[in-house]
Amino acid sequence: MTVAAHDPHPMEKYIRPGARVTTFCPGCGDGIIAHSVLRAVDRMGGDIDDYVFVSGIGCAGWISSPYFAADTLHTTHGRPIAFATGVKLARPDRRVVVISGDGDLGAIGGNHLIHAARRDLDVTVICVNNRIYGMTGGQVAPTTPTGVKTTTTPAGSTERPFDLCRLVEAAGASYVARWTAAHPRQITRAVMRGVEHSGFAFVEIVAQCPVHFGKLSGEGRAVPMMHLMRDNSVPVRQAAKLGPGELEGKWVVGDLVAPPAAAPAGGEE
Amino acid sequence: MQGNVACAEGALAAGCRFFAGYPITPATEIAEHLARRLPEEGGVYVQMEDEISSIASVVGASWTGARAMTATSGPGISLMSENIGYGVATETPCVVVDIQRGGPSTGIPGVPFQGDMVQARRGSHGEYEAVAFAPASAQEMFDLTVHCFNVAERLRTPVFLLADAAVGHMRETVDVPEHLEVENRKLPEPGAGEDGPIAGFLDEDVAPMPVFGNGYKAHVTGSCHDDYGMRNVVDAEALDHFVRSLSNKVVRQRDDLVQVVAEHTEGARAILLGYGVVGRAAQAIGGQVRERGWPVGVVRPLTVWPFAGPEIASLCAGAEVVVVLENNLGQMLPYVEAALAGSCRVVGAPPQVLGSLHHPDQVVDLLQKELAL
Repeated sequence: MTVAAHDPHPMEKYIRPGARVTTFCPGCGDGIIAHSVLRAVDRMGGDIDDYVFVSGIGCAGWISSPYFAADTLHTTHGRPIAFATGVKLARPDRRVVVISGDGDLGAIGGNHLIHAARRDLDVTVICVNNRIYGMTGGQVAPTTPTGVKTTTTPAGSTERPFDLCRLVEAAGASYVARWTAAHPRQITRAVMRGVEHSGFAFVEIVAQCPVHFGKLSGEGRAVPMMHLMRDNSVPVRQAAKLGPGELEGKWVVGDLVAPPAAAPAGGEE
Repeated sequence: MQGNVACAEGALAAGCRFFAGYPITPATEIAEHLARRLPEEGGVYVQMEDEISSIASVVGASWTGARAMTATSGPGISLMSENIGYGVATETPCVVVDIQRGGPSTGIPGVPFQGDMVQARRGSHGEYEAVAFAPASAQEMFDLTVHCFNVAERLRTPVFLLADAAVGHMRETVDVPEHLEVENRKLPEPGAGEDGPIAGFLDEDVAPMPVFGNGYKAHVTGSCHDDYGMRNVVDAEALDHFVRSLSNKVVRQRDDLVQVVAEHTEGARAILLGYGVVGRAAQAIGGQVRERGWPVGVVRPLTVWPFAGPEIASLCAGAEVVVVLENNLGQMLPYVEAALAGSCRVVGAPPQVLGSLHHPDQVVDLLQKELAL
């Protein structure tokens, strides 16, 4: 089947009119994620007006704001989950989705992340983990792997990176999944599960930032970075059979925490 | 009724249906009372993990249409300041109660103090106008809390109630009116937003608020934005419009916002000026010295911000001296001096012991000296 050039993109109906030029750098993973999230909205049926998208400061904070044609709340740095708490508690009938980055949610906003997980607040948090501060130009993040050079760790980061999925799991999140920007279909499925899950849902999406992380770490441009993410992904069931040493540098992907009804785990995808 | 409880009941009477907070002396009783009372009224109470998230969730709740409030003390205001600025920038109605205590830093939690008067004005970064009221009694804790909600709804902006530990913890009889005037924020017409974006921001006459959940597709951001809420972080002209519109929105209403209690200012040689519980003490002292035949008037601004400069200048015209009583080292003093612009002597008078009320003898001695009586 061929698609005529003038046919609208199937997700265009969810894009805010006038918000066409993206601020994402060439090769950024955020466009893939935006598409995958909107596809989840589309596949769940219903109206995008049923959602409130809340985001923080950083590149990923721009995925829903301004691009999604819905109610969007673009908050201060680190605080989107706190704002989302007020939205959800005051309007429990709305689907509240937070989309933000690893620095926003895991560093400055880490306290809100763990407490929302502890409360099992019925929101879905999509954490785009590019392992670096992209918007400010490539500084070390709490997710930056040890040894990686950034503009503020010129000799390589000496700190250990956060595993945000394990953090929120320990804090009580009742749905936790991880995928990468090389898994767009799986992202869609995980977001659907997260939104339909009644309780705190956390979906980490490892994403390439070729302009900063790729350049500084030596992983290169977008395509080799995506190959690396795909090749280093280990489905959760397979990971269970491996020792800790064998998972060094790997991403365990799939449903890491899911209520029994949400099985089968994404590990076989 | 305790002052803090009167504040909580005033909030309920004003239609508050969302409270988020974090325990802090001397404000905790407001949270405790609302934790019990809000669910009875069909509202939501949540204790958050800190004050940053408390004000954040209040702003989030307000964007769903709920009247929302938080209450804290100075250390909490310090933590809330960034998101109070977000509330200003996004034109979010909400009420922020500050039961002031001794500071800086942890200070003394239980001691009354007026250390956050200017923080309320300029605590968040950037250029903006603040709105704040100072109650002096349990009755005013009730009445001014209601008023704060009405002003917040009318102006679409955060409004401060600037009390202190003395007024928060005092117990007095409070008359609760059977009928209250309650103002509501303007909302866009139903169906607005279907044919394109709504001009829901930066109207100096206050734009209708495109609250969430109605299909308005509101785009809300603390970044510089246009009348439609759409971000513009490139053009200085956009910043100029953003800052001036938000500021003018409040400035235009200043005459309606400014309330001042004045007693015997006509023909007075000296004026005692104070706000909150200190202003109430000034009223008592003014009464005592007038019994001696001293020509002393009293000015007690209920409105802290916008500053009642022109009103103070008018009320104090003809006085030889204005004594500014504050339970701090002179936070409002420079504003009073500027308003009076050298037309008379202005004397700042903190209490002999900060954190305690002024001893009447201290003020009487000062008046005697200043008026050469």
